[in-house]
Amino acid sequence: MRAPGGSQGGREAVAGDILLSVEDVSLSFGGVKAVSGVSFDIRKGEIRAIIGPNGAGKTSMLNVINGFYHPQQGRITFKGEARPRMRPHDAAHGGIARTFQNVALFRGMSALDNIMAGRTLKMNANFFWQMLRYGPAMREEVEHRHKVEEIIDFLKIQEIRRTPVGRLPYGLQKRVELGRALAMEPELLLLDEPMAGMNLEEKEDMSRYILDMNDYFGTTVALIEHDMGVVMDLSDRVVVLDHGIKIADGTPDEIKGNQAVIDAYLGVAH
Amino acid sequence: MDILYSIFIDPFAQMIGAPDLLVQTLWDGLVGGMLYALIALGFVLIFKASGVFNFAQGIMVVFAGLTLVGLYEAGVPAFIALALAIAVMYGLAFAVERVVLRPLVNQPDIILFMATFGITYFLIGFGEFVFGGDPKVMITDDLYLPKGSFNVKMLGGIVNFQRLDIVAVVVASIMVAALAVFFSKTRIGRALRAVADSHSAALSVGISLEQIWVIVWFAAGLVALVTGIFWGARSNVSFALEVIALKALPVLILGGFTSIPGAIVGGLIIGVGEKLAEFYWGPLVGGGTDAWFAYVIALVFLLFRPQGLFGEKIIERV
Amino acid sequence: MLYREAGQFKTSYASDQAIFPILQDRIGIVVILAVAFTLPLYADDFIVNAVMIPFLIFSLAAIGLNLLTGYTGQLSLGTGAFMGVGAYACYKLTTIWPDVNIIVWVVCSGFFSAAVGAVFGLPSLRIKGFYLAIATLAAQFFLEWCFIRIPWLYNENISGAIEVPQRELFNIIVTGPRATAETRYYVVLCLVVAMTWIASNLMHGRIGRTWMAVRDMDIAAELMGIRLLPTKLMAFAVSSFYCGVAGALMVFLWYGGAEPAVFNINQSFTILFMIIIGGLGSLLGSFLGAALIYVLPIALRFGPELLGLHMHAATVEHVTFMVVGILIIFFLIAEPAGLARLWQIGKQKLRVWPFPY
Repeated sequence: MRAPGGSQGGREAVAGDILLSVEDVSLSFGGVKAVSGVSFDIRKGEIRAIIGPNGAGKTSMLNVINGFYHPQQGRITFKGEARPRMRPHDAAHGGIARTFQNVALFRGMSALDNIMAGRTLKMNANFFWQMLRYGPAMREEVEHRHKVEEIIDFLKIQEIRRTPVGRLPYGLQKRVELGRALAMEPELLLLDEPMAGMNLEEKEDMSRYILDMNDYFGTTVALIEHDMGVVMDLSDRVVVLDHGIKIADGTPDEIKGNQAVIDAYLGVAH
Repeated sequence: MDILYSIFIDPFAQMIGAPDLLVQTLWDGLVGGMLYALIALGFVLIFKASGVFNFAQGIMVVFAGLTLVGLYEAGVPAFIALALAIAVMYGLAFAVERVVLRPLVNQPDIILFMATFGITYFLIGFGEFVFGGDPKVMITDDLYLPKGSFNVKMLGGIVNFQRLDIVAVVVASIMVAALAVFFSKTRIGRALRAVADSHSAALSVGISLEQIWVIVWFAAGLVALVTGIFWGARSNVSFALEVIALKALPVLILGGFTSIPGAIVGGLIIGVGEKLAEFYWGPLVGGGTDAWFAYVIALVFLLFRPQGLFGEKIIERV
Repeated sequence: MLYREAGQFKTSYASDQAIFPILQDRIGIVVILAVAFTLPLYADDFIVNAVMIPFLIFSLAAIGLNLLTGYTGQLSLGTGAFMGVGAYACYKLTTIWPDVNIIVWVVCSGFFSAAVGAVFGLPSLRIKGFYLAIATLAAQFFLEWCFIRIPWLYNENISGAIEVPQRELFNIIVTGPRATAETRYYVVLCLVVAMTWIASNLMHGRIGRTWMAVRDMDIAAELMGIRLLPTKLMAFAVSSFYCGVAGALMVFLWYGGAEPAVFNINQSFTILFMIIIGGLGSLLGSFLGAALIYVLPIALRFGPELLGLHMHAATVEHVTFMVVGILIIFFLIAEPAGLARLWQIGKQKLRVWPFPY
């Protein structure tokens, strides 16, 4: 694992243009403000962490980026294009993939089928060939199976290919979910607490996958995580939310020393 | 133009031209709607307390009525038969909790929903097996229910009221009021509402789910018995009523699944609506529209206001 | 020992992606098909006409509903009506253009019910679960009403019923009272086998995965770029297509005529129970469920008689209702995946037999 704060200089060079920018976004449900006036950006190739205490609006932020919620105010620009009424499947077309805080796998399907489902967008054999399972349909099926097997190898889940995911232990489910997101070959991958409920060893594995994926596939990652050690180790830049407001933004080192962040986590007498 | 005239103008002209007929239609619709509302009420009771969408409620109505009449025909005096029928409904509630609900606790809603299809079929088979499949006549006389009708002169015509219908309206109102008091004032009622909010939270403060479920299913069974008596008195007691009992489903969509006032208002709207539609617009399409009118209304509602008239807006969390 | 995949190595993903990757399964399918196609040679007319033909037709309808409810997770109570659309469409088509091959019309009638099914599937965008079930009830009752009240649909017959005219296929009488049970059996069998094969292909490919994804977790499915409405509408359409063809087959190759009551709500329930008991999300389950639900009353009628007991027809019906009700509850509690899952467990046991550890 990368030494804390040691290699940011090198990583900054990798990170390039702005991939996604969030400008002055506000979102509320009824009277409750989940996010208000938040702005930040994500650069191509970086690992961007979003942290904050419970209820800070982190997951809501991801849901806005995804298109599940539409902000009442502000805008999201992805690859230089603002899409105000973007739906989740538009986000998928654009190259945004996502994992969930509570694993959202297709429970009735095998691990293999789950990851194959991640390839849906890349497959286009028409209904006729699908009916016959022949010609283009079969070719496509085999071709994508190759890709999926690469991901299965990468995540070391060969043994559980045929197991219905509902029967897998939690740690493996998280891994399959990551595989499904990877199968989409996304440009931006949103990870919502990828290590929640894992033990140390599993966390180390998962961190390794995230870093490797970022290195090999060049996937830009935005992740929410509560484990500060992991966040500081993995990420290039961190944005901190509290009560729906951005209170800090910067490199892990900057964040560590930030008084507002320390207050938010430890609590101050108001 | 003829068609537009007969859709948009003629029916209203008829309404104004013969207001007595309009009142008669409205009254018939209200009484019919009240019976739908009573079935829907049983649904709501169970749904509120256990989150189970009880498809068998309509069948419970017929089953309760059939038990009452069947026991009477077997020589049991009317009021003892009534007491026994109540006991049978308690037994049913107990059995359902033991055999169906308890093993299926924590299953997805849709599984429980389908399990109530099983209850429906079992009750149909069991009821007919024990009491025979022929339609039966409700024992109105022995239960001292009034019969016959009287006419009231109004609006330049005569409107006919069945005495039975008036008693039905009164009894239904008393029952709804009693349930409302039960829910808001008694200890069990408060526990019921707690269970409705969260099963696990209710468990953690020491409310026995099993007991609550038996109570709500029994309450729904009682509502079913009352409904069965009045409905049976209007037509016959037989499982052919099953199809009519399904009308309570669109009522629920209108009223919302958790609202008792919703069930009542929804029932009345559906009852009046389908009578008016059938009487004034039905002839244009050949009649029989009351077979589907309620469902189409529900469908329109589902598209524009899925939470019903009184339901709370459902916010889906991601 | 006989049922093992040991030693059968896959050398390509294509063979690993096959629908029956294990050799013994492929042999099993061939044997079943061989038996099915030679059945009329040694079975009497009663078995062919009153058991096999209805069994196959119900299986097809069950597959149709299973595609929608079992695979896509959209509960429908309108199956009976969608079958009716197929039957009435086929009747109209063949009476308007009598010279066209009847099989063409049977298949075409599926397109009509597919269109109707898709229209009634529109609410599935906004609602799910039992809300959707109630919306499909609207389809059931409205269409049933149409079958009764629109005389054009049954060519203004006084009886209000449709009667199947005689039609030939390659000079062999296929429909109508003079068609033999064997002919009708073979027509039904061929169609059911072909459509099962197609359903299996669809469910093992991309389309099947998107449907199951919508069933298991619609939010995540949307995130994979799956558009929910087109996916659900397609499931409604394909499902109704199967149901429509089943309805047309039912009237043309089994009953020989039908009243609207054939397509009432109870028919919808019967098919639904078949897939609950057989197994939601399983093609095999559709067959097993159809067999059980259809054979049960027959068994109840003749079983006790063999033992010397006599049961009234009405009593048989009542007991059937009770048993079906109990079976549904039993399967939902004990094995929500139905008979098909039991079959799988059996196979798994067989695979490791006689050394289970």
